[in-house]
Amino acid sequence: MTGRLQLSVQAQDFDIEEEYRYLRNNNSESGAVVTFLGQVRDFNLGEDVSELELEHYPGMTESVLQKLLEEADKRWVINRAKIIHRVGALGASDKIVWVAVASAHRGDAFKACEFLIDALKTQAPFWKKERSSQGERWLDARDSDQDKARQWMANDDS
Amino acid sequence: MITLLYFARYREALGQEKEQLELDSPCSLQDLLNTLRDRGEPWASTLNDSKLLMAINQTIAPPNQLINDGDEVALFPPVTGG
Repeated sequence: MTGRLQLSVQAQDFDIEEEYRYLRNNNSESGAVVTFLGQVRDFNLGEDVSELELEHYPGMTESVLQKLLEEADKRWVINRAKIIHRVGALGASDKIVWVAVASAHRGDAFKACEFLIDALKTQAPFWKKERSSQGERWLDARDSDQDKARQWMANDDS
Repeated sequence: MITLLYFARYREALGQEKEQLELDSPCSLQDLLNTLRDRGEPWASTLNDSKLLMAINQTIAPPNQLINDGDEVALFPPVTGG
C-alpha cells in the first residue's frame, strides 16, 4: 500500500524496524515520529491466559480505520500515518496493534497518535476472546475507553 | 431481501454468522430487532443487550434508521480491539 495514510488488518506479525523505515525514509519534513504498540498482556493473573482470539468485521474494519486516519489528517498536520491491527490467534506478548504518526512537530504527532488508538478502541469492529485453562470468554468493553473516546469528540480544538 | 450478520458473542450464542431475511417495508433497525427478539430463545436474551450496536452497509446506524432492500445489516456487541 502506498500513500501518506496507510492501514493494514492482518493475521501475520509485523516488523517494527520496517515500520520505522516507512515513517522516516525520504521524510525530512517530519521533525517528530510518535508510535504506539499494543501487545497481548497476561491480563488474568493466576488464570494463565494461553491465547487471545481477535475477530473482526471484514470490510467495515478497514473503512472505519480509513475514516479515522482521514479525520486525524484533518485535525492535525500529519505527513505520514499508519495503523496495523492483527486478527486471529495471538499469544502472550504478541503485537496486536501499531499506530504511528510522522509530523513536522511533536504536538501534532502525539495528539494524532493518541486520538487514533483511542478512537480505534471504541469504533473499529474488533472483538477479543481469551482462552485460559478455565475456558473461553469474550472480553467486555471498558467504560474508561468510552470516556477517552468521548473526550476527543468534545475537544474539537485538538 | 437483506443480509444479516452477527459477530462475536452474538454469533456464538445464535449459532450462526449470517442469514438472509425478507422484511416488510418500511422497516427500521429497531423493527428488525423487535422481530428477531420475538423469535424466542436464544434470540430474545442474546439480543436483549442495551449496548448492542447495529450497522447498515458497514456504518454504525441509530435504531430509527430505515433498512433498504439489499442492505447488509450487522448486529454486534461493543468493540474490544486495540
